[in-house]
Amino acid sequence: MSEATLPTAAAAPPVEAKEETPFRRFARSFFEDRLATFGLGLFVLIVLLALAAPLIAPQNPYDLASVDVMDSRLPPGDVAGEGFTMWLGSDGVGRDLLSGILYGLRISLMVGAFSGILAAGVGMAIGLIAAYSGGRTENIIMRIVDLQLSLPSVLVALILVAGLGKGVDKIIIALVMVQWAYYARTVRGSALVERRKEYVEAAQSLGLSHARTVFRHILPNCLAPVIVIVTVQTAHAISLEATLSFLGVGLPQTEPSLGVLIANGFQYMLSGKYWISVFPGIALLLTIVSINLVGDRLRDVLNPRLEK
Amino acid sequence: MLAFVLRRLAQALFVIAAMLVIVFFGVNVVGDPIYMLISPEMDQQQIAETARALGLDRPIWEQFLIFLKNAVQGDLGRSFVHGESAIKLILHRMPATLELAFVALFMAILIGLPLGLYAGLKPESRISRLIMAISILGFSLPTFWVGLMLILTFAVSLGWLPATGRGPTVSILGIDTSLLSLKGWQHVALPALNLALLKISLVIRLARAGAREAALMDYVKFARAKGLSQSRIIGVHILKNIMIPIVTVLGLEFGSLVAFSVVTETIFAWPGMGRLLLEAITRLDRPVIVAYVMVVVVLFVTINLLVDLIYSALDPRVRLTEATS
Repeated sequence: MSEATLPTAAAAPPVEAKEETPFRRFARSFFEDRLATFGLGLFVLIVLLALAAPLIAPQNPYDLASVDVMDSRLPPGDVAGEGFTMWLGSDGVGRDLLSGILYGLRISLMVGAFSGILAAGVGMAIGLIAAYSGGRTENIIMRIVDLQLSLPSVLVALILVAGLGKGVDKIIIALVMVQWAYYARTVRGSALVERRKEYVEAAQSLGLSHARTVFRHILPNCLAPVIVIVTVQTAHAISLEATLSFLGVGLPQTEPSLGVLIANGFQYMLSGKYWISVFPGIALLLTIVSINLVGDRLRDVLNPRLEK
Repeated sequence: MLAFVLRRLAQALFVIAAMLVIVFFGVNVVGDPIYMLISPEMDQQQIAETARALGLDRPIWEQFLIFLKNAVQGDLGRSFVHGESAIKLILHRMPATLELAFVALFMAILIGLPLGLYAGLKPESRISRLIMAISILGFSLPTFWVGLMLILTFAVSLGWLPATGRGPTVSILGIDTSLLSLKGWQHVALPALNLALLKISLVIRLARAGAREAALMDYVKFARAKGLSQSRIIGVHILKNIMIPIVTVLGLEFGSLVAFSVVTETIFAWPGMGRLLLEAITRLDRPVIVAYVMVVVVLFVTINLLVDLIYSALDPRVRLTEATS
C-alpha cells in the first residue's frame, strides 16, 4: 500500500530538475536519521524472525510431544532434557522461552497488522464520507468520533472484550472499534482541505461518480498523515493487545501472544524467576519502540511544512 | 450564560443516557452468565429458578425497561456474584482508586514539571536530551510492563517497597486512607508511580514547550532587565504562565487516570474499583460492569462539563461562537 502512495505524498513541493524520483528523495531523507534507520532495521529483523519462527526456533511450543515438564522453570542457559540449550530459560510448563517468544511475536504482529489495516480502512471510509457529504451526516459522525476519542482506549477495549469474549478475531474487532476514530478524524481534516481544490472540481465537471471522485482523487491526497497514524496505531494495537492478554481478557492460552507469555510468568516473578516474564517483555518493548521510531521519522519526513 | 449552561447540561445528560443504552445492550448480548453461577449438581428446574430470581429469563427489552426504571432511581442492579447492589460495590471501592489517582497526579506534577522546565530552558544540553528520550519511552512503554519492572526492581531485587496490597488504612470522616502512615505511603508509592508514568511524560512535554515559548517573551526580558534573580524569574514569572495549560490538561486527564488504574490495580493487587471491573469481566457479572462504566462516564462527563463552564466563564468567546454557529 505504502509503495504506491508515498510518491504522491512526497511530491507536494515541485520536484527539482535533478533525476531523483520522489520515492528516492523520500528514502534519502528518511535514512538521514540514524535512529530511524536503526528502528527500521530492528523492525525488519523482528518481522523476519517471526516469519521464520518454525525454521529457526529450537522447539515447537505447540507440539506437546516435544515439551517435557521436567524442563520447567529452567534458568537461562540451561540445557533441556532433549539436549539443546535454552538460552532464555524455560516457562512454567517446560517450554523453551526463546521458541515461545518467536511464535508469540507471530501472533502479536499479526493482530497488530490486521487491526491497524482494518481500522485504517474503516476509519478512512467513514472520514471521507463525513467530509464529502457534510451537513447532518458529518455532524453525527464527528460527534461519535469526539465521544469515542474522549474515552481512554484501554477502558473502551476492556468493555468491548467484556462483550465480545476471547479469541484472535474478537480482539481484532475490539481493536478496530477502538482505533477507527483516529483515522476518521485525520482523514476528514485533510479531505475538507482537498475538497475545495480545483482538481476535485475538475473531476466533478467531467461527470465522474461520487465514489470515483472520493476514492480515486481525494483519498490519495489525504494519505500522508494516514501513513504516520498507521505506524503509531499499529504499535498501540500491539501494546493494547498485550495489555488485555496480560489482564487475562485478551487472547486465550491456546494463542500465546507476548502478552499471554508475560502473564504466565507473572506468578513466578515474586519468587525471583524473572526470566519467564522479562524476556517476552523485552521482545514486546523492542517491537513497539522500533515501530515508534519509524513512525516518528515518517512524521517529520512526510510533513511538508517542515521541509526546507 | 444561562442558555449556554443549560445546553451543555442537556448535552451531558444526553451522553450519559446514550452510554446507558449502548453499554446495557453491549454487555448483555454475549455469553450466558447463568452457567457461571450455577453448580454442576443443579438440575434443570433449579437452573430455571436461579435465572428467574436474577431476572434473566425475561426478554432483553423487558430486562432493559426494568433496568432503566431502577437506574433512574440510582439502582444499577445487583451483582450476580456478590449479591449486593452493584453501585454500592463500586462506590465502596472508589476511595482506594481515587487515592491512587490523586497521588499519581501529584507525582506527575512534582516529577514532570522540574524536568520539563529544565529541558525547555536548556534545550541543547545533554541532560535535556536524556529527559526527552525518557519522555518518549514513557509514552511508548506499555503500563503493565513498567509495573512489572517496578515490582522486579524495587520489591523483588532491592526489597525496598512492598509489591502488593494497600497496607493499613486510617479512617477519617468515614473515608479510609492509607496516606497517613509511613507504611501506607510505602504501599502506594509503586502503583502510583506506575500510574503516573504516562502523565509524567505528558507534563514534561507541556512544560518544555511552555518554557521554550515563555523564555522569549517580553515580560521575561523585562524581569531580567529589572535585575531579578534567575530562580525568581523561573519560579515565579515563567512557572505561573505555563501552569495554566498544564493544570487544564491534567484536570481533563484525571478521568483517564481512573480508567488506566484497571491495569495498575491488577498488577499491584490494589483493592480499587478497577480490579473489581476486571473480576466482573472474567465472571460475566454484568450489573457490576454496567455500573462501573456508568460511574466512569459520569465522572468523565462531569469533569468535561466543569472545564467547559470554567472556560466559558473565563473566555466569553467560547460561548459566543457557539451561539452563532
